[in-house]
Amino acid sequence: MRRIFATFRIALRALRRNKLRTLLTMLGMIIGVAAVISAIGIGNGAKAQVEAQIAGLGQNVVSVFPGSTTAGGMRGGWGSMSTLTPEEAKAIEAEVPGVVAVSSEVRERQQVMANGLNWNTQILGESPDYLSVRAWGLESGEMFTEADVNSAAKVAVIGKTIVDQLYSGADPVGETIRIRNMPFKIVGVLTPKGVNFFGQDQDDVVIVPYTSAMRRVARRQYLSAILIQAAAPDEMPRIQDDVTGLLQQRRPGRDPDFIVRNQLELAEAATATSKTMTWLVGAIASISLVVGGIGIMNIMLVSVTERTREIGIRMAVGARGRDILLQFLTEAVTLSILGGVIGIITGFVISHFISTKTSWPSLISPTSVVIAFVFSAAVGIFFGFYPARKASRLDPIDALRYE
Amino acid sequence: MLQIRSVAADDPVDSDVSKPVAEMETQPVIELDDIQKVYHTGEVDVHAVRGVSLKVMPGEFVAVMGASGSGKSTLMNTLGCLDRPTQGRYLLDGIDVSRLDRDELADIRNQKIGFVFQGFNLLSRTSAIENVELPMFYTHRKISGHEQRERALKALDLVGLAARADHHPNQLSGGQQQRVAIARALVNEPALLLADEPTGNLDSQTSIEIMGVFQKLNDQGMTVVMVTHELDIAQYTKRTIVMRDGKVLTDTPVTNRLKAEVELEKLRDAQKSVQLS
Repeated sequence: MRRIFATFRIALRALRRNKLRTLLTMLGMIIGVAAVISAIGIGNGAKAQVEAQIAGLGQNVVSVFPGSTTAGGMRGGWGSMSTLTPEEAKAIEAEVPGVVAVSSEVRERQQVMANGLNWNTQILGESPDYLSVRAWGLESGEMFTEADVNSAAKVAVIGKTIVDQLYSGADPVGETIRIRNMPFKIVGVLTPKGVNFFGQDQDDVVIVPYTSAMRRVARRQYLSAILIQAAAPDEMPRIQDDVTGLLQQRRPGRDPDFIVRNQLELAEAATATSKTMTWLVGAIASISLVVGGIGIMNIMLVSVTERTREIGIRMAVGARGRDILLQFLTEAVTLSILGGVIGIITGFVISHFISTKTSWPSLISPTSVVIAFVFSAAVGIFFGFYPARKASRLDPIDALRYE
Repeated sequence: MLQIRSVAADDPVDSDVSKPVAEMETQPVIELDDIQKVYHTGEVDVHAVRGVSLKVMPGEFVAVMGASGSGKSTLMNTLGCLDRPTQGRYLLDGIDVSRLDRDELADIRNQKIGFVFQGFNLLSRTSAIENVELPMFYTHRKISGHEQRERALKALDLVGLAARADHHPNQLSGGQQQRVAIARALVNEPALLLADEPTGNLDSQTSIEIMGVFQKLNDQGMTVVMVTHELDIAQYTKRTIVMRDGKVLTDTPVTNRLKAEVELEKLRDAQKSVQLS
């Protein structure tokens, strides 16, 4: 142990002797490790943000959308088919096991008015379970009830953006909002959710009972979607299959005119993107570490040549080949670890700087720090070994005679 | 003898100390038996040493002389366990070292041999005492930092440089650097002190001073073998071996042996008289 410490001290002294050269040699490692640390940090931050937004779409949600219509050769695209009905939503809730909540959804853009101001916004007709499905809370007031749905009551829960636009931020619970010139009573205000990862303002919304939306606002008999919440994430694929089967059963002899999606697919797409990013960063990282390692090998070879005489002296007084190997290997590893540590610190500073200057969050995991450290040590051992072995195999007589 | 023994007395593990005096006197430090060294360079084989047999007893002071190409350097490398003979047997302090491998030779160099070189071969930018401590760094037996320092200081004291322990080589004169090198050679209490042209880089007065150091160590019982091509330097030793063409030409005791103290006194007197006139 003391021997290792002494060898380490010799290495540090040798590195101190050529400060500029040491710094320049470490620069490769520093840049490589700093790039990796900050890139992984920003990548993790972005990943965490995407995951939070996907979670914000609701928990364990399976969605049913209407299929496409074809009329006179014109295909209407997803959602144009008018076949999804509230009865089907009720059937799903009653017949598919593992379903926690179901919300029938009607979407319609409409002009809303209050306090002499007006605003074009998204009207969502939903079931009371909608908040549970979307994992959404209320800032004030309450959600409308099943009774409101049954009576197609003119009640609404509104988003923060509507509050800001029509009520100047004051609590509007109990006030009236006019949708298609019909007065709806505001019973609740949603907690702000912010912008989703498609860039839409999720708070720019007015939620009313789906029955009210169908009868009074959109004036149609079919749904825009059915949102189904599963009890657990691993039940989602099965529920997806069951829902597909159930809906197909209700449409005997017809081609499927609906699609069933689950949230996992979205999460998987996002994970795949971040995986690709991680591989890319990893590839760049390994290239820069190899470049840094070659720099270290180069300098160590120069160092061995320069210090041939010193090696000869050490051998003459009894150093074994292994002692010399260890000395130069320690020097190379010290170089690479020092570079790695400085790189980790620089990476911290860079990612912190970027996340404060831009809105990108950064998240440096202890794992990436440990991996960076271990890799820099490994680079030192790998690229330091050849020069060190070369030094250890010198002939003492030739080494002593070297000018 | 006394001072070297006193260094050794602190170190009961060292094998030399435990040996009875009578045995030490009968067993040669160096015993060469028909040593040959052939270098295979390209197509021609160079016979650098062709059959050298000799014995060096403890307490001897031997000068090996010869022109360049006489094989004396090769012989020194063999004696110093830096190189193995192609043929023949070499017993160093009773150990057959002629067939040892690289690592074993390194250990022998560490324990049995002290080297002094023409060019001093100190580590630059490393203090005198750290240079002297260097061989102990490669000793397999654990030596505490405190003991290392103590032994290094004693060795420096032996060559009269204890006061400059913390000086770096570039702050020392050539003679002082060579004294540091001698201290380094002594620190592991070797059986043999090998010096390769130790005065080659020094002026005549410093050369005599260094020979004085060797004479003092030899008086204390140290066996010294040195290579030199200067006849007057060889006059300070007790025995002269002259080599030619890889063989021993003559092997004679030194008559009219010079004493470094006396010669230095003469030199000082001469300088004084020059200044007076």
